[in-house]
Amino acid sequence: MDWNQLWQIVSAPDNVPIVALIPLLAFYLFLAWRQAKANDSLVVQLAGDAALAKTHHRKAWPFQPGWQKEVHVWPFLLRMEFLAAIVVTIILMVWSITLNAPLEEPANPNLTMNPAKAPWYFLGLQEMLVYFDPWIAGVVMPTLIILGLMVIPYIDTNPLGCGYYTWKQRKFAISTFLFGFVVLWVSMIFIGTFIRGPGWQWFWPGQTWDHNRLIYEVNRDLPDLFGITSNTAKGIFGAIVVGGYYLVAGLVVHSLYRRYNTKNYQRKSLLQYSLMLFFLLTMFGLPIKILLRHSLHIKYVWITPWFNV
Amino acid sequence: MPEEHNSNGKNGKNGKSVGLLDRIKSGVKEDLESLKTDLPAKAKEQLETLKKPTRTQVYTSIFRHKHDDTPRNRALGVLSNVFLHLHPAKINRDAVRYSYTWGMGGITFYLFIVLTFTGVLLMFYYHPSKVQAFRDVLYLEHDVPFGKLLRNMHRWAAHLMVIAVELHMLRVFLTGSYKKPREFNWNVGVILLVLTLLLSFTGYLLPDDQLGFWAVTVGTNMARATPLLGHEGPFGAQLGMTPYNDVRFGLLGGSIVDANALLRSYIWHCIGIPIIASIFMIVHFWRVRKDGGISGPAPVILDSEVKEAQR
Repeated sequence: MDWNQLWQIVSAPDNVPIVALIPLLAFYLFLAWRQAKANDSLVVQLAGDAALAKTHHRKAWPFQPGWQKEVHVWPFLLRMEFLAAIVVTIILMVWSITLNAPLEEPANPNLTMNPAKAPWYFLGLQEMLVYFDPWIAGVVMPTLIILGLMVIPYIDTNPLGCGYYTWKQRKFAISTFLFGFVVLWVSMIFIGTFIRGPGWQWFWPGQTWDHNRLIYEVNRDLPDLFGITSNTAKGIFGAIVVGGYYLVAGLVVHSLYRRYNTKNYQRKSLLQYSLMLFFLLTMFGLPIKILLRHSLHIKYVWITPWFNV
Repeated sequence: MPEEHNSNGKNGKNGKSVGLLDRIKSGVKEDLESLKTDLPAKAKEQLETLKKPTRTQVYTSIFRHKHDDTPRNRALGVLSNVFLHLHPAKINRDAVRYSYTWGMGGITFYLFIVLTFTGVLLMFYYHPSKVQAFRDVLYLEHDVPFGKLLRNMHRWAAHLMVIAVELHMLRVFLTGSYKKPREFNWNVGVILLVLTLLLSFTGYLLPDDQLGFWAVTVGTNMARATPLLGHEGPFGAQLGMTPYNDVRFGLLGGSIVDANALLRSYIWHCIGIPIIASIFMIVHFWRVRKDGGISGPAPVILDSEVKEAQR
């Protein structure tokens, strides 16, 4: 256990934000979960009691007749905003006094940094480079993440859960988003920040960064497993595999979604439904490729003269 | 003044000039008399008005309403202030609860203001050229009063802003706030998220040190692989892309991260993206109000109450 190495990584000034993000994320997820639980049990209570449902103010927080439903922004909201600004300023001041912004040697194109890391918020994308070629990890995936986020409001046809925390009314949407944000985005950033060392090799926390370490990994392409040698056959094979993935996995998701999310399935138009399937399956492509790499040492699935997937 | 008239009517060569002198004398005397009486009176009056500064013309020209604690004045305090009038006069009693909004949108905006302020101050000490940039940062760290604090604050506020933006997006998702009628504003928010990341990324190169240089090298090397538009990307070569005309060349102003890249990232960082982000922020805040204020906390809706839209 190399505590010094671990401390160097954790205390590197530009790694501090991700060290801060993780407990913050845990805290806010807890806050959201607690409110979702309260709202969900209120929904159950109201659904079982029609008379109460007519009169209840429908929030988990207390409300009594005679209380004002609205409060003045001045001072009730503005004092909160003022307080938030002060707290943030104090945090920022303390942080800036105690921790210096990093400054390395002057830029030198002849001396490569090893590991050369992007800023922490892009390390998820850099980590993706292990599993995909740059055109996917660096260009297509970021574009699809942005587009995927943008289509969310237009493909989520569930009218429930607008303006309050809930889990039971939006299980699919919330679990999908948390999978994408927490499992894929944040944990990939975590791996890129804390696990990856020189040569972008895997070093467990506390393992010494060995700059001379060599790993003899023989990565194969999927067509090789099937003994396909000709380039044309490889191209066709890959297209079938990738197309087949979207088809088969699409059918699996379809059969599950249709059964367990019937109402939302019926609400979706063809375009909404196919967009949802496309973005969902593309997102799942990443963990599948990760699994393929680690279990079978697969580098490429689809090989063509122009691009590899 | 009847006496003066009489002296005017007198004949004689010297009569006229003597009359004029008299008139001036008596006039001055009168002026001095008036000062004796008027000055104390006006001073007294002035002191009286100073006792009530809110009645002065200067005050009333700035503040358009009274400030005694009435509901009307509470509303006007928000509505008659250009900075505060983004808010409505009144909001849902539960909307001020921290546990609902987490305050992340507001904190993000506050950090943007902090970054603009510290950023402008940093600009006074920074030349975006290969010769000067790194030395300027050293100068900032060691010689400029509070220069180190300034740079630290800019750096950490930037990181904090990325965190706040991501948590804001998480909150908006978990409360379903992107749903009708706020679909468009969610999209504006996604663009602002991307702009925040780009702002932070373009700032990374500016110290011109190894960290920024290699981070930006790694980052922009991705652009090489852009499909169709990068010289190493799928179908790039077939479309005539080379290191000297592809999208990466456009980003860096060259085929390597050098002086032009430094200048470009400086201009994007300090002028280009802040202006674009400000425009999107204006739209974002405006739409929050126009879409009915913040989304909640709204009353829960039961599954049985949903009216299915006719399709």
